[in-house]
Amino acid sequence: MESQLGLIGQSLDLRYSVWVREALNELPDSFTITDPCISGHPIVFASNGFLKMFGYSEDEVIGRNGRVFQGPRTDRRSVMEIREAIREERAIQISLLNYRKDRTPFWMLFHMSPVFSKEDGRVIHFVGVQVPIPRRPKYTGCTVVRNAVNSCEDGAHFRKGMFGCCRREVCSDTVMEIGRASSLDSVSSPDDGEEEINEPCEASETEKGKANAALSNILSILTHYSELSGKLVCGKCCCLSGTGRLVSSLNISLGRIKQSFVLSDPHLPDMPIVYASDMFLELTGYARHEVLGHNCRFLSGLDTDPATQYQVFFFPIPFFILSDFPTISIM
Amino acid sequence: MMLRIKRVPTIVSNFQKEEADEDSRHAGGCGRNCLRSCCLPGAKLPMYAFKKMNKIEVEEKSAGSENKQPPVPFLDSLLLGEDRMQRGLFRYDVTACETKVIRGLYGFIAQLNEGRHLKKRPTEFRVDKVLQPFDENKFNFTKVGQEEVLFQFEPSMNNEVQFFPNAPVHIKNSPSVVAINVSPIEYGHVLLIPRILECLPQRIDRDSFLLALYMAAEAENPYFRLGYNSLGAFATINHLHFQAYYLAVQFPIERAPTRKITTTSRGVKICDILNYPVRGLVFEGGNTLEELSNVVSDSCICLQENNIPYNVLIADSGKRIFVIPQCYAEKQALGEVSSELLDTQVNPAIWEISGHMVLKRKEDYEEASEENAWRLLAEVSLSEERLHEVKELLFEAISCSMEEDNGFTKNILEDSDIGLNLSKMWTPLKAPTLL
Repeated sequence: MESQLGLIGQSLDLRYSVWVREALNELPDSFTITDPCISGHPIVFASNGFLKMFGYSEDEVIGRNGRVFQGPRTDRRSVMEIREAIREERAIQISLLNYRKDRTPFWMLFHMSPVFSKEDGRVIHFVGVQVPIPRRPKYTGCTVVRNAVNSCEDGAHFRKGMFGCCRREVCSDTVMEIGRASSLDSVSSPDDGEEEINEPCEASETEKGKANAALSNILSILTHYSELSGKLVCGKCCCLSGTGRLVSSLNISLGRIKQSFVLSDPHLPDMPIVYASDMFLELTGYARHEVLGHNCRFLSGLDTDPATQYQVFFFPIPFFILSDFPTISIM
Repeated sequence: MMLRIKRVPTIVSNFQKEEADEDSRHAGGCGRNCLRSCCLPGAKLPMYAFKKMNKIEVEEKSAGSENKQPPVPFLDSLLLGEDRMQRGLFRYDVTACETKVIRGLYGFIAQLNEGRHLKKRPTEFRVDKVLQPFDENKFNFTKVGQEEVLFQFEPSMNNEVQFFPNAPVHIKNSPSVVAINVSPIEYGHVLLIPRILECLPQRIDRDSFLLALYMAAEAENPYFRLGYNSLGAFATINHLHFQAYYLAVQFPIERAPTRKITTTSRGVKICDILNYPVRGLVFEGGNTLEELSNVVSDSCICLQENNIPYNVLIADSGKRIFVIPQCYAEKQALGEVSSELLDTQVNPAIWEISGHMVLKRKEDYEEASEENAWRLLAEVSLSEERLHEVKELLFEAISCSMEEDNGFTKNILEDSDIGLNLSKMWTPLKAPTLL
């Protein structure tokens, strides 16, 4: 009998050896690990760096979906791109406005990458790294321009690029120059804070580099600790085609159906089960990995407790699947 | 890449079974068991009472498993029910219609639907006026049978989501209902009819638009969208209604990049749609659902009052709203559309504009390509200049109504980074010029 909370707690433990959490927390970076196979696609691990950056405690974050860190000013199209990347099981790197616990917004570079099971190629986790993008100051006063122009060689070009924060033309060196100049004449008015947040923020190469490095470290930790547990993972999908699996985002949708059911794929040899609902697992007592990939007939094996009577319905399910998979039949 | 819709039977809940038995009871009246005074008194229909939440609550609700699950999963059970199919209420079987995603950058969706054209109710009013009074003699939704109504959709009294399988219909409360669309383009294609008994004509007002947003938010699913067609933009019935359905792929219009024009003082961001055959606006943000809703509905009201036909797409569970003014009907009337396009007989309403092309001829379906879709939709779009004029009207209307809301007179529009010249925005309303 696995409650939702139990599933979340076990998500890492089932795949990786028990020391993985400690190893992950040795990294200074902010990142989360989510499990797309659990309904709601919840966070199953949040690094200390993450908790510090967002101002949450571990309890407040584990089990929640990433969207709680979004807010009214978060660009919806960016959220949509992340959603599609999850659906298509691929990596994405995108600037996003997030909100801390105290609801203050900040820009960060979000780098997300799937983790695949080496055995059957399905996505078992997503890793999300958050690298804050420092605010490039926006200045409207002439005084600062003059100072900055004096202190910068490339005067004319610089002046054009100065207005509007986070513009690519403003190179990081000149930003520091502005910083120094601004400490002399502070011209930014209280309104500026508001406007800065509204400007979309581009990440520089620095942030991208940090994100890539962090992700790489996390993946190697996960790979290493999965070797120890015997259930190998890898950062790239390396499954043989033909092994049945469902797109992880379909898992999220199916997870909302509170019934006992399985889906099997008639287009694969021996029509294996490609999805089993939580209630099915509760009812039958099997763990998910014991069910996936097997034909339904195993349910009526010698192991079945003769005293327990199961009534197996061809259970009607109130939805349809429109997908680019071969037709899936519903049991 | 061929997509196939696999139809599966649904749970016929106990609620619905009971209702079927009671249906026969109300066979009096005009004999049609409709929604008018002849048949409605004493009728009972299911009722879904939604909770009016602000945005922060929505986020927290969908995040945690610690929150109570709603009594009936809105989308899955209520909206995608199939028993009405079995009762022969649909004009054709939409699941028998081939659908495919066209190869290309945007992934336009093509559906071959020969039946919809022949069996859909024909348009019964003039197409050159966006605002037309309600006409009792023409078809309206009170004339449909009660069996076409899925449920009443009302805000909850006690701030909790509730479902009543057999709620009496209180005429005085002016209920809003969700009904099946007997000419569906997709499985689960439904209609939201705000305050059905008031017989409102097809025109947006603040309350009904907010109701539509609540429905999108309630479904909590970015693939469940609502759409609206004004008169003159291929609405076929002059009785206020929104359409809705579920399609588990991104719409091409949702993929189009956008460029921010401005943010209102309430935090509603307004953007241009870029790199897409049809020009229009996207609204998102706002500190509450109401604030977003009001900015959009005020924009629509402005378009209506200036006789500009338009379509609306509510996407991303109500967080992103596309407003597209269009001019295809006028071009058709003036004979400015090529015969090639006219022959396809595609009427570009909101779903077509979003990228879900419902095609009536097999050859169009076979030859469907991104270029063809693009070419058709480009005819629908307002020109850059015309859209610019429309935007001026809109921004003036929005800021005026924002002033009314706030009781302030300060400059409402904070930050206009590209394109619009501030001084130009405050010129008095010009009469709209012909395209």
